[in-house]
Amino acid sequence: MKYILLAIPCICALAAPYYNVIEPRAFGFPFFYWFNLALIPVSMAFIYVAGKVGGDQ
Amino acid sequence: MNVVATSVFIFFFLLVTVLGFWASRWKAGDLNSLHQWGLGGRQFGPWVTWFLIGGDLYTAYTVIAVPGLVYALGAYGFFAVPYTVLMYPLAFLLMPRFWNVCAKHGYVTAGDFVLGRYGSKWLELAVAVTGILATMPYIALQLLGMEIVIRGLGFQGEGLMAHVPLTIAFVILALYTYSAGLRAPAVIAFVKDIMVYVFVIAAVIYIPYQLGGFGSMFDGAGKVFEGMVAAGAAASPPKVVNAGLTLTQSQIWPFLTLAVGSTLALFMYPHSLTGVLSANGPKTIRFNMTMLPLYSLILGLIALFGLMGRAAGLDLKNTGDVVPQLFLKFFPDWFVGFSFAAIAIAALVPAAMMSIGAANTFTRNIWRPFVNAQMTDKQESDMAKLISLVVKVGALLIIVGVQTQFALNFQLLGGIIMLQIFPALCFGLFTRKVHGQPLLIGWAVGMLLSVLLIWISRSPAGAIVPMWSSPLGIGLYIGVVTVSANALVSYVLSLVTPNVGTDETMATDYLDAKV
Repeated sequence: MKYILLAIPCICALAAPYYNVIEPRAFGFPFFYWFNLALIPVSMAFIYVAGKVGGDQ
Repeated sequence: MNVVATSVFIFFFLLVTVLGFWASRWKAGDLNSLHQWGLGGRQFGPWVTWFLIGGDLYTAYTVIAVPGLVYALGAYGFFAVPYTVLMYPLAFLLMPRFWNVCAKHGYVTAGDFVLGRYGSKWLELAVAVTGILATMPYIALQLLGMEIVIRGLGFQGEGLMAHVPLTIAFVILALYTYSAGLRAPAVIAFVKDIMVYVFVIAAVIYIPYQLGGFGSMFDGAGKVFEGMVAAGAAASPPKVVNAGLTLTQSQIWPFLTLAVGSTLALFMYPHSLTGVLSANGPKTIRFNMTMLPLYSLILGLIALFGLMGRAAGLDLKNTGDVVPQLFLKFFPDWFVGFSFAAIAIAALVPAAMMSIGAANTFTRNIWRPFVNAQMTDKQESDMAKLISLVVKVGALLIIVGVQTQFALNFQLLGGIIMLQIFPALCFGLFTRKVHGQPLLIGWAVGMLLSVLLIWISRSPAGAIVPMWSSPLGIGLYIGVVTVSANALVSYVLSLVTPNVGTDETMATDYLDAKV
């Protein structure tokens, strides 16, 4: 479970062929940019939960 | 020279100088032991560690180079964001185990761990030499970042005179690192981070506002890139320009492999491991691997400065000047001074950590095993202090004495070779199937293959291009190709040869201690 949680943000970060587009925009940011930036807090949430379920292993 | 900006700059620089010297009294310990001087006594709690590792990884050079790359090529420079997203899940798995085994056996460096884990002095040497070689140009680039902002202040000079401000700054840095060890960057990192956060957030709100909002900032930058592509196509002979608001088809694989390779390399650098080992326990490290991505958010915003530079119509010969020039164009002098001071101080923290990391490595993994096996604690820390000076002088000479291009080439090479110790560390932390001798052979294969691929991929002008045009028709980051070969050789040879090394670690050493 811990590994799956940690892998999800990584897979998103590697999905460049899919996020390499301009639309849809958010606050004027092309998708490529806002997706990447939004992924950072999302990855923090996943790492946090991974730490909770994974314990001290 | 810009008097107001320079005065503000000098004020903040003096402030951190005082802090740097004061640091030797902070959380006082016996600085005549390497454990204290070189790791700050392994006592830093969650927040001190956060500032320290943050200051260590997100360097002045990053603040200059990432926007510079975005300015030059657009989306491609944004590889820094997926890179830092990939980094923390991996470090979350590796680094608590690394801290546990190091604390248990008193290891100070990656080389110490490798010696204990595999019992191979030669693998230890390979790891140590790789780390030091990769660190030297990295320190030089911090100086380069500092020099770029000093140039932005309008300081002019001829020949050696041009390097006087940088030399003064570096002598000060060298002295307080010598006296306070790792405590100096830990204290300065606080000031640096607050300053960086202030100037980045102010700039990311104010400059796009001046350019008509984020939408028109992106559109403006996009138009400039389209113009560059069109101009390239119209030139004779036609030139393919790979730049734009999104990646071109041929950039996708280089973008991804560069992100992955950078991720695997980052925590192999001696200064990163020094930062991790100075924490007070595995819980602090897990907390940090969860919270450090906040810096990546700032890094992502810093990357946007490159696009702002394009949208604002800056036409620069040296893409590294984009941040200083952008600030000079949009901000009053006092704020320019503040921002430039933040960048210069952002060079001091990693430069101090890098020289400490390299010094620890040299002392523990080259001097002690090969020259004087009977060193006392005092001799160890004296040697490390001395080497931290030598390393810094070396970096200064690279910047003053040779061309910038050499430092940049050396740094690209450094990133690729740094990756070659990843198999030894990662296999060592997670499996007992892989042994010391095969890892040493794998390392040698990785190093030779790296040099070979760099040689055949170099540009006609002799610059290092870290991408290899593979037979598959896609460009791949050389480091990823060579570390894969390295890991494969190490693994396969371990399956077919007997283990001749001794392992002093036990499975429980890697787990958190039961309280």
